[in-house]
Amino acid sequence: MYYDSMKQLIRLAGRQKKCIGDIVLAVEAEQEDESPSTIRGQMVISWEVMKLALERGITEDIRSVSGLSGGDAKLLFSREPKFLSSEVSNAVARALGVAEVNASMGRIVACPTAGSCGIVPAALLLAKEKLELDEAAIIKALFTAAGIGIVCSLNASISGAEGGCQAECGVAAAMAAGALTELAGGSPTMVGHAVALTLSNMLGLVCDPVAGLVEVPCVLRNGGALMQALLGADLALTGIKSRIPVDEVIGAMREVGEALPESLRETSLGGLANTPTGVRLRRKLA
Amino acid sequence: MGKADSVFEVIGPIMIGPSSSHTAAAVRIGQISLAVMGEPVVEAIIQLHGSYALTGKGHGTDKAIIAGLLGYDAADERIKKSLAIAKEQGMKVKFQNVDLGEDYHPNTLRLLIAGTSGTHFEITAVSVGGGNISIIEINGLPIYLSGEYHTLITIHNDRPGIVAKASSLIAQSKVNISTMHVSRQRRGGLAAMAVEMDQPLPPSVISELEDQAQIVRIIPPIY
Repeated sequence: MYYDSMKQLIRLAGRQKKCIGDIVLAVEAEQEDESPSTIRGQMVISWEVMKLALERGITEDIRSVSGLSGGDAKLLFSREPKFLSSEVSNAVARALGVAEVNASMGRIVACPTAGSCGIVPAALLLAKEKLELDEAAIIKALFTAAGIGIVCSLNASISGAEGGCQAECGVAAAMAAGALTELAGGSPTMVGHAVALTLSNMLGLVCDPVAGLVEVPCVLRNGGALMQALLGADLALTGIKSRIPVDEVIGAMREVGEALPESLRETSLGGLANTPTGVRLRRKLA
Repeated sequence: MGKADSVFEVIGPIMIGPSSSHTAAAVRIGQISLAVMGEPVVEAIIQLHGSYALTGKGHGTDKAIIAGLLGYDAADERIKKSLAIAKEQGMKVKFQNVDLGEDYHPNTLRLLIAGTSGTHFEITAVSVGGGNISIIEINGLPIYLSGEYHTLITIHNDRPGIVAKASSLIAQSKVNISTMHVSRQRRGGLAAMAVEMDQPLPPSVISELEDQAQIVRIIPPIY
């Protein structure tokens, strides 16, 4: 068994009447010549690390080495939001929290990268609580997310230096949206739409880290990308379809990434990094 | 950055933040350097070039590389305190921002390290993205190894025989070679060899090669 597109993944799942997460696990086991339970066991370890980071992010007083980030997640988690629901606001706080843990030299799971490590864990914890799911469902959903990430990596990129932030936080949002859709009972086709709709909303996002650090705006963007994932999943679960097929959206992400000037691909020469304040912070921290 | 074709390249690695290229990769460079040294490191001068010099501190590159030299892996929470731990253990540490010139990748580190027996190494390494690294020089000799494989390293005098002997020992051990890199200063001068392999070599290979080389190391994959 093999896949390198969402279309193939969706078709394999449909044909075998399985979830995308099951297909991704089976392919990984086959490719690595390991038993599915060994592979699943490795994912359980990753989820344990994610849970610890989720907890730390909203309970501890976190400060990064540079002082540019930390404390926002805990603050947001402690307040009642004005516009978002409490559940969504808390999920955003958790996404920010994991990213703050990362910035403060804490332990995280890159997902797909260190800079975008908060989105998938926060989305899955929200789903677990809201849909009252067990751990096994979350582990399976992590494989769904991973399959989406692999397809994006094969056909576009998951590196900010290559494709901008859309390739990191954008792909993380797509991974989360697909996983949420499957967890909520959506079909493999709906998972495809969730990925397409979410990625469409993230296209063009540039990588412009202030002072070259994985903090501003990276921490914030974990929150924004999480919201896009929730939206994409809800749209797809309602039956709304992406007018552009998912693999074509991923292709567009690659094209947009290639068209981005180098100044907006992790070099810290453009965007927020190149604002007067961004430049001042870089000088101060150098 | 390469294309991910495994689940754990997309969800993973488990690591200490904030940056796979500036933190996790720096830990690995330290770990591999320690393996090349083959004994505890007591003194380290770390030269940071390019982006490492520019943003290394904020990314904890300094702490990461020392953690690697102490033998910690990229997921070890002691990384954050590694400078203090190194001091406690009596490891002398110094950082220098350097300009190695335009020929070097923006994420290059050079380590000048000394071990307990007084052995010195100069190791130059590059972080190539996504936490992946290449060791590109040992003691000024060009070399290539990624640290992802079982690797045989020798430093020897350039004369016929050692490459053939190493390959035949590898073949006898039924080990498959993945990459092989040989270089030398000049004809008859000092030379280096790095062989990356899919399976581990028996330690007996070291003694078989030791009479022909100044330095023989077998290092395991370091993730």
